[in-house]
Amino acid sequence: MTYLIQQSLNALQLGSVYALIALGYTMVYGVLTMINFAHGDFFMVGAFLCFLSVARLHLPFVPTLLISMAGVALLAVAVEVSAYRPLRKAPRVSAIITALGVGIFLEHFTLALSPYPLHIPPAFENVTWNAGGLAVSSLQVVTVLLSVGLMAALQFVVARTPLGIAMRAVSWDRDTASLLGVPVNRVISATFAIGGALGGAAGMLYALSYPVIDPYMGVLVGWKAFISAVVGGIGDIRGAMLGGYILAAVEIAVAVALPSTYRDFVAFSLLIVLLIFRPYGIFGRPRPQKL
Amino acid sequence: MRRLSLSLACCSAAVVMLGGCGRRSGDTIRIGVIAELTGSIPAVGASCRNAALLAAKEINDAGGIEMGGKKKKIELVIEDTAAKADQAAAAAQKAITRDDVAAIVGPNSSSNALPAAEIAEKAGVVMIAPWSTNPKTTLDAQTNLPKKFVFRACFTDMFQGHVLGKFAAETLKAKKAAMLYDVASEVLKSQSELFKQSFEAGGGRVVAVETYTTGDKDFSAQLTKIKKAGPDIVFLPSYYTDVPLQVQQAHRLGLKVPFLGSDAWSTEELIKMCGKDCDGFYLSNHYSPQTTNPVTRRFIDSYKAAYGGVPDDVAALTYDSFGLLRVALAAAGTTDHRAIRDALSRTTDYQGVTGNMRFTPGSGDPVKGAVILQIKDEKFVWVTDVQP
Repeated sequence: MTYLIQQSLNALQLGSVYALIALGYTMVYGVLTMINFAHGDFFMVGAFLCFLSVARLHLPFVPTLLISMAGVALLAVAVEVSAYRPLRKAPRVSAIITALGVGIFLEHFTLALSPYPLHIPPAFENVTWNAGGLAVSSLQVVTVLLSVGLMAALQFVVARTPLGIAMRAVSWDRDTASLLGVPVNRVISATFAIGGALGGAAGMLYALSYPVIDPYMGVLVGWKAFISAVVGGIGDIRGAMLGGYILAAVEIAVAVALPSTYRDFVAFSLLIVLLIFRPYGIFGRPRPQKL
Repeated sequence: MRRLSLSLACCSAAVVMLGGCGRRSGDTIRIGVIAELTGSIPAVGASCRNAALLAAKEINDAGGIEMGGKKKKIELVIEDTAAKADQAAAAAQKAITRDDVAAIVGPNSSSNALPAAEIAEKAGVVMIAPWSTNPKTTLDAQTNLPKKFVFRACFTDMFQGHVLGKFAAETLKAKKAAMLYDVASEVLKSQSELFKQSFEAGGGRVVAVETYTTGDKDFSAQLTKIKKAGPDIVFLPSYYTDVPLQVQQAHRLGLKVPFLGSDAWSTEELIKMCGKDCDGFYLSNHYSPQTTNPVTRRFIDSYKAAYGGVPDDVAALTYDSFGLLRVALAAAGTTDHRAIRDALSRTTDYQGVTGNMRFTPGSGDPVKGAVILQIKDEKFVWVTDVQP
């Protein structure tokens, strides 16, 4: 029993990170129906900012979190304004290629600055509590609580604030929203900033939990988060959160039940089966634009 | 940025050389150094390059190698594999066809050395892989017989897995062992299989076999399973970039038994990244910087003077590869590839910095010993020597 609880905690920690990144994919898709393939690399930049803050500037946890979130939010807005906005009316495939290009640019820009894998020292004293064979670390608790807190804050912003209303309006029908006086460009930039900030927070939490970082770390995690968003129903915020936890739970469950060699292929086969029965994801409905 | 301008300078130098004086320069002996300078294991490539530069400088400062009554200097052609198999093959091809090297030293990791070895063997050019412990590096892919032109300066996985299994069962008196390894890596997989064999031959039992894939960062599911199986030790033959993640996660999950690793751990980077978490762990290695062997001491001192750090095993083995090559070149008295090969395979007692080595006829694998080290207070401490 403790064994299963321990494994569930493992899944909860991993799922929190997937969910935070998945939100970035899903929000951008919601307002632009565009898949921002550079988002995994935004996450990577968040991890490197965390390194900068903890290892170089020796800052504690909270300033590090703010630096990672603000830094990646700025980066996301800069990328949106300089790379995506000029192509908003261009064919869909051009936008996707641009996103891939931005991702590769970020990877190799980071690679040029730091070719070696970097190690991040702990940002706070990590305590492990043991209770009847169950080990819970403070890092696990912080990761899960902070992620859930950020998701709750996002839910509040989208549901209750004027910005959230504007975002939903743009996601519903961009042209009409613009006719009704919604500042579409600013709303889209804000969406990128929020998605980027969540990605930056995810990068920081991930970097503290798995403290060896390299410029390609965002690729695989980014794909997994993207898959989480699709499983949950891309464009839907609750879907992205649920998708992240589902993917992590499936991955861990497969490793528990079967030899760990089979983990990825069984996990992803299960997800394909899920998509066969619910092709728009869990919360998705056959309608392309929503948030 | 410095690397870029350096490689630009190298490129332009090579172009000038090609245009100016043709492909073969008669006054120097060109040796290809193929290393993992960028990519996933850059520390390995950096050590290899540093040791190669040091060895070449020492040979050249001594006047060079005598050939046909004339002393010739060594000229290095350094190529990067980016730790990728295809680039390793391309680098070997380039060194052989464009730069017409007399011999090749490197690549180091087996995944890079294997494809490069195929090219060298086909072209009939001697290649010494300093650090490739995969048995297949020196074997022909089709016939499984030894390759004719490929050598190594280190022992093989067979020996390492065997030594660690024996050490765990006999010296540590462990009864139950768990293993965690990367299934995508041939080396780590074969090492684990051999560990299991010799550990069980020594009376122990392997209670958990867990795997992961290159690039994974979360090992919590596997480690929780291992903890449940209750082993006395964990065999963890991972590369140094994965070890800190795995060990720290294990400790967070309350798994606190000694871990055992292979030579892939033996870089200062590991201790820097792992810190206190790796204290008390054991690893097998090619050499120990704490040795009293005068040959090794001299090498360590000159490496320290040149680069400021203690050389790791890749550096020591690269240096030995050059030592072996120097003896073979002097004995051959020519840069003819076949003559170098013959001279090298007749090496019977080479006093290297990683111990004495000899080659048995028809095999590129040297006969030599291994050491077991322990990580204590963030240092590698010598524990015992193991003979083949």
